[in-house]
Amino acid sequence: MTAQQPVLEARGIDKVFGQHRALDTVDFAAHAGEVHALLGENGAGKSTLIKILTGAYQPDGGELLLEGQPIHLRDPLHGQTYGIGTVYQEVNLLPNRSVSENLFLGRQPTRFGMVDRKRIDAAAKDLLSRYGLNIDVRAELSEYSVAVQQIVAIARAVELSGKVLVLDEPTASLDRNEVQRLFDVVRGLKAKGLAIIFITHFLDQVFDLADRVTILRNGRKVATQALNTLNTTDVVRMMLGKDVAFDHHPTALTGGPKGAVRVQFQGLSRKGLSPFDLSVHEGEVVGVAGLLGSGRTEVARLMFGVDTSDGGQITVDGHPVTIRNPAQAVAAGFGFCPEDRKLDGIFGDLSVRENIIIALQAKLGWFKALNRDDQVELAGRYAEALDIRAANHDMPVKLLSGGNQQKVILARWLAIDPTFLILDEPTRGIDVGAHAEIVRTINRLREEGLALFVISSELDEVVAYSNRIVVMRDREMVAELDGDSIAPDAIVQAIAGTPPHETREARP
Amino acid sequence: MTRPTVDLRPTQPPLPRPRPLAHFFTRPQVIALAAVLLVNWLLFPGFFTVTWQDGRFFGSLIDVLNRGAPVAILAIGMTMVIATKGVDLSVGAVMAISGATAATLVTNGIPAPVAVLAALGTGLLCGFWNGILVTVLEIQPIIATLVLMVAGRGLAQLITEGYIVTFSDPLLIFIGTGSFLGLPMPVIIAAVLMILATLIVRRTALGLLIEAVGVNRSAARFAGLSANALLLIVYTFAGFCAAISGLIVAGDIRGADANNAGLWLELDAILAVVIGGTSLMGGRFSIPMAVLGAMIIQAMNTGILISGFSPEFNLVVKSAVIIVILVLQSPLSSRLFRRLPGAQK
Repeated sequence: MTAQQPVLEARGIDKVFGQHRALDTVDFAAHAGEVHALLGENGAGKSTLIKILTGAYQPDGGELLLEGQPIHLRDPLHGQTYGIGTVYQEVNLLPNRSVSENLFLGRQPTRFGMVDRKRIDAAAKDLLSRYGLNIDVRAELSEYSVAVQQIVAIARAVELSGKVLVLDEPTASLDRNEVQRLFDVVRGLKAKGLAIIFITHFLDQVFDLADRVTILRNGRKVATQALNTLNTTDVVRMMLGKDVAFDHHPTALTGGPKGAVRVQFQGLSRKGLSPFDLSVHEGEVVGVAGLLGSGRTEVARLMFGVDTSDGGQITVDGHPVTIRNPAQAVAAGFGFCPEDRKLDGIFGDLSVRENIIIALQAKLGWFKALNRDDQVELAGRYAEALDIRAANHDMPVKLLSGGNQQKVILARWLAIDPTFLILDEPTRGIDVGAHAEIVRTINRLREEGLALFVISSELDEVVAYSNRIVVMRDREMVAELDGDSIAPDAIVQAIAGTPPHETREARP
Repeated sequence: MTRPTVDLRPTQPPLPRPRPLAHFFTRPQVIALAAVLLVNWLLFPGFFTVTWQDGRFFGSLIDVLNRGAPVAILAIGMTMVIATKGVDLSVGAVMAISGATAATLVTNGIPAPVAVLAALGTGLLCGFWNGILVTVLEIQPIIATLVLMVAGRGLAQLITEGYIVTFSDPLLIFIGTGSFLGLPMPVIIAAVLMILATLIVRRTALGLLIEAVGVNRSAARFAGLSANALLLIVYTFAGFCAAISGLIVAGDIRGADANNAGLWLELDAILAVVIGGTSLMGGRFSIPMAVLGAMIIQAMNTGILISGFSPEFNLVVKSAVIIVILVLQSPLSSRLFRRLPGAQK
């Protein structure tokens, strides 16, 4: 810890919501010229802490100090006047206004009472060039990529505040190059002496960018440490309070599939996707690896009848079935956890219980209604089995965390007693704890005899639960790995179609 | 083959069932209705007086129920349409079509029961048409039903050949003005329809599935729901309700007026549904609450009429009361009243 005075300091912060203590005497300090990562599972209290630091919430106890002086923030705007700016995951700028208008909104230079457009554009261009952006500032913001929009948002926040910059999951919707570009900007700001607070789900990004890390768990601070003294396992252990390394490729999997063929796809095709053959056995997980746009999701949608196939045959337990829409797929015993949970998965306003029983109810038809007792029993059973954490099952599912929502959708499909389950990126946007739990659940379902088809872009995750891995490239299944040949390196090689160059250090 | 099983451990104890009756009297709609009735009573002390005469009840309160019935019946169908995140603007025009069909048929010597069935059939057909536009052609509901809202009055005029068709058929007149168990027929019809519709949607899975489609149509598809079949049913049922209302209104005036029957009533029906707490964003719905909403609207209409204010006041007062009810239902007021514990993300 440096002796120098922190720019922004929180001492003994308490925050209570109803009966729930979200923060319990948490200390936090951000110094000038550092990137300070804030980590914790969902529900650990990091968003609450951030909201207190930026003024969106008022603490119930403790104090905030800015450069040693106590401050009381009424709202984020008030925080901004003290030099504390925030950039959120979803850029909250005006997509249909020009870049320069977005940068200067609310403080446009005027000339004779009129907005001086020329001066705005010139100032915006000058400002963005300092961030290495050379774009047409008169164009609408929405014409640029999310990465550029993020940088514009950062530029605006820094311009308005200039002491502390809070980045709340800024990289969630960026690709690898865009992340690097954003990080370059952040490093530039760090060199200028800003204190940067960085929140993310990606541990590798924390190690890449941050100098120190503060870890929260269940509303308490676990530690604040310099990152060069830590490795990933240390961080995960502190976040979870237990060791949750994925079981790497358990030997049971190398024995190959356990049971008979349950689902078989023959020559299934659709425009823009090469025909494929695939059979999935009882007690088998077929993992799918491939880059975004390789056709992974398209295969899953075709299997489930979300998109109709141009040709091909599907058999379940040896009997041919017709699947031209999801209802038919459900009737055949298929389940599908879609990639976009919010859009295609959850019914936000419906209760946890209704979200769990809905697929079974749809399968039973309109007139065989599950009565309330059945619903309570079913929801309770699967919530227990998957450890869905909800205060009660009558609360709207939208109030749950992402990980718990994902488990609700999983429970929905387990409730129909499926033959075949398709999971598209089941761990995306989920905190580390729930992530490991979902991986364990997939393994357990396999052991219980389910046939699964799991798409994931995390290689070591696919390796951890797959008996067999299908590699996709350019909308085609290009390779199949099983047994001992399953390893992250081999998958990278198959995806790239070349010998491996440098592979990232695998997570422990 | 083995079935995937999950641990069958005992579940958490089920929560106590919600107690509808205790909640009922604290709902903003019920309070609003009570307030409107109270104001009516203050303006007109005889408001709650109900007398028995010629084998039926008479009084202002009965009048509110009777006059409110057509909109209440529309609201029953409209509730479900709105629950699917849709809207049906055509119900007023469908009322005119239904009335015109029944009146024209009886004046041409067709037996009244057949005419009634034919009118109900045209209502079903109109609703089905809306459903096809919304599902197969995937037109936005507000536009899809606007087609029939505009064209429907033309159709009704074609049926009546531009005249106001008057009739003296006892069955049709009975539907509009008769009484059963001392209560006006429209009230009986609305009550029976409300109870039947509520039982059907709540005893079967239809209610939940309709709500699911309204909350997230895409997720409904992924969960294996046949959203299109549900939408077809819902729009067809709205058309059916409109046909019943059309028969009542025609029977009441003993004639079919293609230009004015049900004019603007679709807006009252939508209003009744919204007052009843069903969101225009779809999802949770309550048929009895929508009927209550229709009664609030009618109680205001009646109150203004009997108090001797000029009818122009009606619109202003109505909008003021509606604003109050909507404010009471808004998230803002629930925050103010109940300081909900903030949920942490």
